Amino acid sequence: MKVWRGDANGGEFVEFRVPSDPGMVVLDVVHRIQAMHAPDLAVRWNCKAGKCGSCSAEINGHPKLMCMTRMNEFAEGAEITVSPVKTFPVIKDLVTDVSFNYEKAKTIPPFKPKPKEADGTRRMYQEDVDRVQEFHKCIECFLCQDVCHVIRDHDENKASFSGPRFFVRLAALEMHPLDTNDRLDLIRAKQGLGFCNITKCCTEVCPEDIHITDNAIIPLKERVVSAHYDPIAWALRRVRGKRDQFAPPEAEPPSA
Amino acid sequence: MNDMERHEYDVVVIGAGGAGLRAAIEANALGAKTAIVCKSLLGKAHTVMAEGGIAAALANVWKEDNWRVHFRDTMRGGKLLNNWRMAQLHAQEAPDRVLELEEWGALFDRTKDGLILQRDFGGHRYARLAHVGDRTGLEMIRTLQNHAVASGIDVFMECTLRHLLTDGGRVVGAVGYWRDSGRLIAFGAGAVVLATGGVGKAWRITSNSWEYTGDGIAMALEAGADLIDMEMTQFHPTGMVWPPSVRGLLVTEGVRGDGGTLKNSKGERFMFKYIPDFFRADTADTEEEADRWYEDKRNNRRTPDLLPRDEVARAINSEVKAGRGTEHGGVILDIASRRPADYIKRRLPSMYHQFKELADVDITKEAMEIGPTLHYIMGGIRVDADTEQTTVPGLYAAGEVAAGMHGANRLGGNSLSDLLVFGRRAGASAAEYAKRGATPRIDGTQLGQFADRIAEPFQRSGNENPYAVHSALQDTMQELVGIIRTRSELEEALVRVERLRARAARVRVTGTRRYNPGWHLALDLENLIGVSEAVTRSALLREESRGGHTREDFPKPDPRWGAQNVVARKRDGRLELVTEPIPTAPDELQRLIGDDKPSGEVAVAAAGGAE
Repeated sequence: MKVWRGDANGGEFVEFRVPSDPGMVVLDVVHRIQAMHAPDLAVRWNCKAGKCGSCSAEINGHPKLMCMTRMNEFAEGAEITVSPVKTFPVIKDLVTDVSFNYEKAKTIPPFKPKPKEADGTRRMYQEDVDRVQEFHKCIECFLCQDVCHVIRDHDENKASFSGPRFFVRLAALEMHPLDTNDRLDLIRAKQGLGFCNITKCCTEVCPEDIHITDNAIIPLKERVVSAHYDPIAWALRRVRGKRDQFAPPEAEPPSA
Repeated sequence: MNDMERHEYDVVVIGAGGAGLRAAIEANALGAKTAIVCKSLLGKAHTVMAEGGIAAALANVWKEDNWRVHFRDTMRGGKLLNNWRMAQLHAQEAPDRVLELEEWGALFDRTKDGLILQRDFGGHRYARLAHVGDRTGLEMIRTLQNHAVASGIDVFMECTLRHLLTDGGRVVGAVGYWRDSGRLIAFGAGAVVLATGGVGKAWRITSNSWEYTGDGIAMALEAGADLIDMEMTQFHPTGMVWPPSVRGLLVTEGVRGDGGTLKNSKGERFMFKYIPDFFRADTADTEEEADRWYEDKRNNRRTPDLLPRDEVARAINSEVKAGRGTEHGGVILDIASRRPADYIKRRLPSMYHQFKELADVDITKEAMEIGPTLHYIMGGIRVDADTEQTTVPGLYAAGEVAAGMHGANRLGGNSLSDLLVFGRRAGASAAEYAKRGATPRIDGTQLGQFADRIAEPFQRSGNENPYAVHSALQDTMQELVGIIRTRSELEEALVRVERLRARAARVRVTGTRRYNPGWHLALDLENLIGVSEAVTRSALLREESRGGHTREDFPKPDPRWGAQNVVARKRDGRLELVTEPIPTAPDELQRLIGDDKPSGEVAVAAAGGAE
């Protein structure tokens, strides 16, 4: 396996050979390289089960989680390269500076719930939370950010574009049955939703199979359009707040 | 050292899992200038991997549930070694902490009438775990993370703190290094909260990630704090066993909570053979009753598949030793033949994904192969139940790093609620202490000595490889301080641990200080080895079998030991062990727990072929 080694000043692929075991994933091989040949090889990882989103890299040029990429996906003797994600600056070897994402996270207006029900509870129905739960599956691996054309080859766009991860986050907040915060002006003006031209690259690489483009980005675009260019919707939104589109369904009888 | 990066805060929280985040949110909300310092990126701590749910007596599914039942379940599950006051506070406050997450944007699965749905788990009388499919931890950590970020709390990511700074017996800060640059960083703090989790990486087969190297426990020991019951380690009964690369990876107890059952290679539901007297009155003794219980809890008793984790892990161990295991040394966990495929995919999506992607097993059609995996440590830093203050002023601890709450065995689902309940309390107490305490004074000499120790592995002349030493430690703890323990093996483990300590001191680090995992591991090894010694010596001292601690040479619970904590502390650089009586619960709580005590031999060896 060839692993990219280097830092911000440059680097190169270095070939390593280690013994293999059944069921190995790319991350296992990287760990074995660390233990046997290169103790200072830099790599991020935590759960090793596709749940934490730490071990993102480009495997043969494709953005993937190292812990979920089985070695038996590759033909015997085929060349395998592992390199750091391209969109973010390299710190060392496979580790990149992903602080862009944590800075963008700070710009998202927080969840602001409406008042509780008269009986002091919060009632939401599974069918209303289903679509938001899809967005909450995001493990923040940032592979969608890595593959997004708007920032992958255009550093200059980073200041005015938050990227698919944060469109998913914004969609989760905007579609949350309890939320009352209004972010549509900000989404249009500051988060750069308009840059996205719906190529669906983000959806393709999402290890959690979140339908980023269809279920998050396109509905957000529609909301922005109807809020800003439909005068009746605009006026209603000013008067009634944004919640009018969520009428709760008929309550079903209580369970056991 | 004069150019060392320095910061001053009222409260410094070390660790950014559920307990650390909740502590920081509370301290910040009370007006304390608060920092979170964590080894990984924000949102990657072990809480993210929690699957099944958060235990809280919300009574949304079974009206009969309340804090008293939860308290009873927790105490009995912990084999009565728990700190009763912590178990009480936990049971009483968990519902509010769960509802608070909802106020911060969490979306739990719902009941038909729109409330938070709750699922069955081992040792819980009623369906009690608030959950989101089988990714509850992700929902919890993201909710807390977003709330902390929105609150403006400063976060120092990929920053490892190595030593606590003290002034006249009080903790006044901490020193460590940035993982990316390798540069040193020191914090002065009015109070420090440890929320660093456990020490799973001392074992070979574990569900834990690289971070769980016992940092907080080792730092607290060094600063003079007491540990209790370090022998109490939890082997989760269901970890993956095949292929080797995923050995130990967690399979949620929710599989059994949602109807899955354990079988041996002969197809027998063997858990019916392992019902201890202590749980007999609460446990079904026929397959028919066990299966009916899922639908009707009023008229049936719980399936023995959902006995507390220590019981199930020992039973699996016995079945495998008796030759009734699977090809790869596990047993069978079957939900495919018991529940419809769409139900399994909806309730357990990440288990479905994990087995499909990593083991080529479709859990809606095939059985899983599982076996015990080191998951958690019930022992840890001794804290005051109400304030989470350790025995050292200025130092607080919450979550897995702290001890007492879970006694000898933790129930599934009681960890996430523990993080929230005691994280909040620790944050509040730390903020309060920082407010009234004197301005912390950093001792420059101590800071300089610690700084030298952090850089020291680069100057060593030895030729040991840190990964090889770590691997040898994992083998030692796995083989000699595992599910079943005995005097001779524990003594052998101590000898080997000492040898490993000497080898660790000869670990030489190559490369630069920039993001160098070999160096980081060389430093973590000292913590791993120090904590492994505390676990082994505590295990040697406790001559009984109780909860997560099973002695082949003392296979019964002993009521005298059941009234004692094993206390470990460092004095003059040496680990001292003593026993001290555990606090007794007041009468009204004692009545809830019941008068019977754990008794009878536990399954220490191969169960005979009496079937």
